[in-house]
Amino acid sequence: MGRVVLVTGISRDIGRRFARAAAGDPSIERVIGVDVVPPRGDIGDVSFVRADIRNPVIAKVLAKEDVDTVVHMSVIATPGSAGGRGTMKELNVIGSMQLLAACQKSTTVERLVVKSTTTVYGSSPRDPAMFTEDMGPKRQPSSGYAKDVYEVEGYVRGFARRRPDVDVTMIRAANVIGPHVASPLTNYFRLPVIPRVLGFDPRLQFLHEDDLMTVLRHAATSGIPGTFNVAGDGLLTLSQAVRRLGTPSVALPRFAVGRLGATMRQARLSDFSPEQLGYLTYGRGVDTTRMRTHLGFEPAYSTAEAFADFCRALTPAEPQGAGRG
Amino acid sequence: MAEEAREDAVVIPIGTGGRPGRGSGSARPSSAARNLAPSAAKPAPRKRPAAKKTTPKKPAPAPEPAAEAPPADPTPGPATTKPRLETGIPVGDWLSALQGAALEVFGDDWERRLAELLAFARRRLEGDYEVDDYGFDRELTERFFMTALRPIAQKWFRLEVRGLENIPAEGGALVVSNHSGTVPLDGLMTMLTVHDHAHRFLRPLGADLVFKLPVVSSLARKSGATLACVEDAERMLSGGDLVGVWPEGFKGIGKPFSERYKLQRFGRGGFVSAALRTGVPIIPLSVVGAEEIYPLVGNVPSLARLLGVPYIPVTPFFPWLGPLGMVPLPSKWILEFGEPIRTDSYDAAEAEDPMLVFNVTDQVRETIQHTLFDLLRERDGVFS
Repeated sequence: MGRVVLVTGISRDIGRRFARAAAGDPSIERVIGVDVVPPRGDIGDVSFVRADIRNPVIAKVLAKEDVDTVVHMSVIATPGSAGGRGTMKELNVIGSMQLLAACQKSTTVERLVVKSTTTVYGSSPRDPAMFTEDMGPKRQPSSGYAKDVYEVEGYVRGFARRRPDVDVTMIRAANVIGPHVASPLTNYFRLPVIPRVLGFDPRLQFLHEDDLMTVLRHAATSGIPGTFNVAGDGLLTLSQAVRRLGTPSVALPRFAVGRLGATMRQARLSDFSPEQLGYLTYGRGVDTTRMRTHLGFEPAYSTAEAFADFCRALTPAEPQGAGRG
Repeated sequence: MAEEAREDAVVIPIGTGGRPGRGSGSARPSSAARNLAPSAAKPAPRKRPAAKKTTPKKPAPAPEPAAEAPPADPTPGPATTKPRLETGIPVGDWLSALQGAALEVFGDDWERRLAELLAFARRRLEGDYEVDDYGFDRELTERFFMTALRPIAQKWFRLEVRGLENIPAEGGALVVSNHSGTVPLDGLMTMLTVHDHAHRFLRPLGADLVFKLPVVSSLARKSGATLACVEDAERMLSGGDLVGVWPEGFKGIGKPFSERYKLQRFGRGGFVSAALRTGVPIIPLSVVGAEEIYPLVGNVPSLARLLGVPYIPVTPFFPWLGPLGMVPLPSKWILEFGEPIRTDSYDAAEAEDPMLVFNVTDQVRETIQHTLFDLLRERDGVFS
């Protein structure tokens, strides 16, 4: 008797790859992927259901398929292909609310795993060096991805209160990096010349894409409730990362970097979000003690190793994905 | 001799393209060598540029013909000096000059130290160094910041340090110091003192303004500072670090010259509760001399508000003398580390008792204040 796992946000690469990896897990019987648009790549044994989590259809999917574990991965960081900011917010917040409402009605759901992010802590000069799970952002996020995640986390906590019988695991993942990841941050590192904020050297923390897959699968199969920061060991400063990457960089005043980012976003050259500017100015570190002691997860890559793997994939001499495995 | 012959065997095929008659071991010099030999005929060097190139490299033993033809020995002399004059300073002189310079800069084991320096530069450029959770770059701090501060401490402020035995050799401890001097030079000097004498790194806790300012923020993190908040203080102390805190903050550092050596309010005692919770000793530190480096006689509050800084200092020399006014006065400094105040007899729950926290705060404050008065009575003059 294996588990039936429902994965949202399967059209994106990370969601699709997680669903595939989960389908290969012996303790998981069936994986159902849900999204508005079909996934582009190979989904293997995953059965795809075309459904919009923004409307109540999702409740029917849960009931019909006897889903007992829901992995929510469809909180997106940038509007990107979804359209404007309005669509993104609707997908993130309304989608999560509908999904949680469906889970609350469901009699079969036993576990909920939400992929959140450390962006929820924000970045400011008043931040402690390392955030633990009990701390919140120093300033409430007012817009964008950080606000969406903050609200989604609030709804998830509300759900956990209303359905104490469901094990809710919230994974606050550090910035995911790896040869296949396309995120605002990896796009930033792929720029030919990297703009930096003059006079600031933020501390960055990364999580390798493989580790994200592993920790989500671990959470889905073990069902340990709680909120966990997940990040690779150690930190890199931005200057260090840029030097390791070997890309030229240029230091600009903060407002100029912000303007450049806005221009690039308008020109569809790069997704440079406002909270990313904060991150690239003040940086952030999260404490991962609870990940080890409670969740029992040990990332395979440290921050530096994850970044090295990303760098290897960037150098054209080696084929894509040479560093995997 | 055999070695020279081998060198020739390497050089000749390159230079002459393996012409017959060269390097064959025969006693007669080749026609090319003969052409070079007498009065350095003008067309000859044109024909053999490579053969000429080899000669200035080995000034003393007249390389090429020496191996083949001992009788031709005196003749290559002028042939080798000629190209030397053309190219300017010979390579050998360059080398010895560089060697001398390296010896001058790095001392006797200059080769090892130069290699170390180059390795350091390479590591920095490739980003191949470590930072800890707080962004502390140990290598940069040791090799750059400390080295830059050392002469200021020794030559300019002539630091005198007392009570070094009170700094524990290992384990967490909290150094609490008075704050003065308009610019937090006292913090930097304390860091240097602790590093040089106690061989530990003092991890300062800085105000959030420090982390808001460009350049300052990245330098602060790299030199081991972190934000003065309870979370970071407890994290560092329980990690076994030696943490430095200046509880007066901007009230202390920016107080007018007329109030020198009068301790300001010690914040809310957050540092004491952090020490109580982690059970580390509190080491009071009294710094005398820092008050006089920039005598603060005025402030421009409106401009300070505009710029978002606590004060704009006006000293007798700044801003009147411009950049020259930024040179600190060379006062003589005394740093005295007091006897540690132990907190491990209290349990962590007592850190929640505000009365106890206030009492310990007062105890630390009084200790520092009295030591300051004692030191002031003792010292002969501000600059002596």
